[in-house]
Amino acid sequence: MIDYESRMNDEIVRLKPSGIRRFFDIAAEMDNVISLSIGEPDFSTPWHVRQTGIQSLEKGRTWYSPNRGFMELREEISKWFARRYHVEYDPKSEVLVTVGGSEALDLCIRSLVNPGDEVLIPEPSFVCYVPLTEMARGVPVIIETKAEDQFRLTAEALEEKITPKTKLLILPFPNNPTGAVMRREHLEAVARVVEKHDLLVLSDEIYSVLTYGETGHVSFAEIDGMRERTIVVNGFSKAFAMTGWRLGYALGPKELIRQMTKLHQYAIMSAPTTAQYAAVEAMKNGEEDIEYMRGQYDMRRRLIVDGLNSMGLDCFEPEGAFYVFPSIKKTGLTSEDFCERLIYAKQVAVVPGVAFGNCGEGFVRVAYSNSIKNISEALKRIKDFLQEI
Amino acid sequence: MEKLLDLLSENARMTTEELAVMLNKTEEEVANQISEYEKKGVIRGYHALIDWDKVDENQATALIELKVIPKRDKGFDEIAERIMEFKEVESVYLMSGGYDLAVTVKGKSMQEIALFVARRLSPLESVQSTATHFVLTRYKDRGIVLNPEDEKNDERRSVFCD
Repeated sequence: MIDYESRMNDEIVRLKPSGIRRFFDIAAEMDNVISLSIGEPDFSTPWHVRQTGIQSLEKGRTWYSPNRGFMELREEISKWFARRYHVEYDPKSEVLVTVGGSEALDLCIRSLVNPGDEVLIPEPSFVCYVPLTEMARGVPVIIETKAEDQFRLTAEALEEKITPKTKLLILPFPNNPTGAVMRREHLEAVARVVEKHDLLVLSDEIYSVLTYGETGHVSFAEIDGMRERTIVVNGFSKAFAMTGWRLGYALGPKELIRQMTKLHQYAIMSAPTTAQYAAVEAMKNGEEDIEYMRGQYDMRRRLIVDGLNSMGLDCFEPEGAFYVFPSIKKTGLTSEDFCERLIYAKQVAVVPGVAFGNCGEGFVRVAYSNSIKNISEALKRIKDFLQEI
Repeated sequence: MEKLLDLLSENARMTTEELAVMLNKTEEEVANQISEYEKKGVIRGYHALIDWDKVDENQATALIELKVIPKRDKGFDEIAERIMEFKEVESVYLMSGGYDLAVTVKGKSMQEIALFVARRLSPLESVQSTATHFVLTRYKDRGIVLNPEDEKNDERRSVFCD
């Protein structure tokens, strides 16, 4: 018998699997489950976008694309981003098309981090930043965000964690799992600290089109002096309900993009061709789809926030993404116990907050990327559950 | 407030409270808007969408194309109004294109509908010709998918596995 683990890369063996998973597995084995645990749109990709992908297949366009992505797509991304967020990127040298936003995050962290560099990661946040940092032999430094700050990153909390070894700040807003957004004034406060300590920033803006406040999303790159210090990661998955197409992109100064492109070239070659044809259509003619889906999410968001608050599960008003993050502290249960008991008793799946960092304990993530019918039914079941425990 | 109409057309049984929360309005505003829509005739009723095939095997529906001679001064209105009086008739539309009126008719059998067309519709004075098309399968009605096998289940899958 070969002891495989002893022969493998130690860092890989030590990586923990994501905590989101367990509840999916339980849910998969039950009938009549309403899953509010899935972090992706319930919409299918808009038909005209799918059709463009189909047409490219019909025409037999099944070859590789250039490493950086088709020029036409890079141009559309550049225009789209400038139109919405007022920052210009040169499609030739400052746009890199990747396999989902996830790949772009990995490329960025691996390209910037030297062994021992400290990477600042606000939590609760998506599960990949810590493992990616560890794989790059960087040192993850967690910054806990708090419900009383609407889960925003404050300049004070940031400043506190900075050391001479700090290299990179990750800025995951609009935030998964809390739904928090950073408004312009909050970004400006963070930018002053970034400038003072000469940091670089990875701004994960994958949920950028899904904000519900009066002011829309502000890209960190738009803040004075930040474009030259920031890699923006975005993609098609959330904005256009294209998760399965696996397409994202990174925008940034050409010197950084060039290094990231080398890694991308050797590990991935290029992003999926069919998806890129479809994505061009999404960028050109997808505004209505975005607005439609955003409007639908917004109605569901109001329904679920109101429902949870009125049954005593306090949640702050989430202004972005498609998640609410209610506190379950009143129940006296841990977030894992809460989720496990809820799914067994009422067949409603939500994700324990602790899966998104230790400071997520006492909260659960509820995704409202589901139909109004299912959300109403789930709210009823959660209410019953609370009365029974 | 067209969103209100969208929501109601999808599910007319949602409470005013739920609607108000989703639309970021007060319950009073929503209630007022609904009664205004009712008064103006924008909302014409709240009906259950019934899949009659499930209730009774003996059901048939047909779409009948009618060519008619319009009357001077009254155009198609007079004949349309005459036809809609029949209780068998579900809908009457004036159409552009190759024929004039599209009439949907419901009956207990194809036979019954055929008799209705032959005995009631065809003899009407201004009706020139009829073409009867029977509905074989109803996949979607008023925006609702009826065939349960076609109904969308949540096919999204777990992403995380080891």
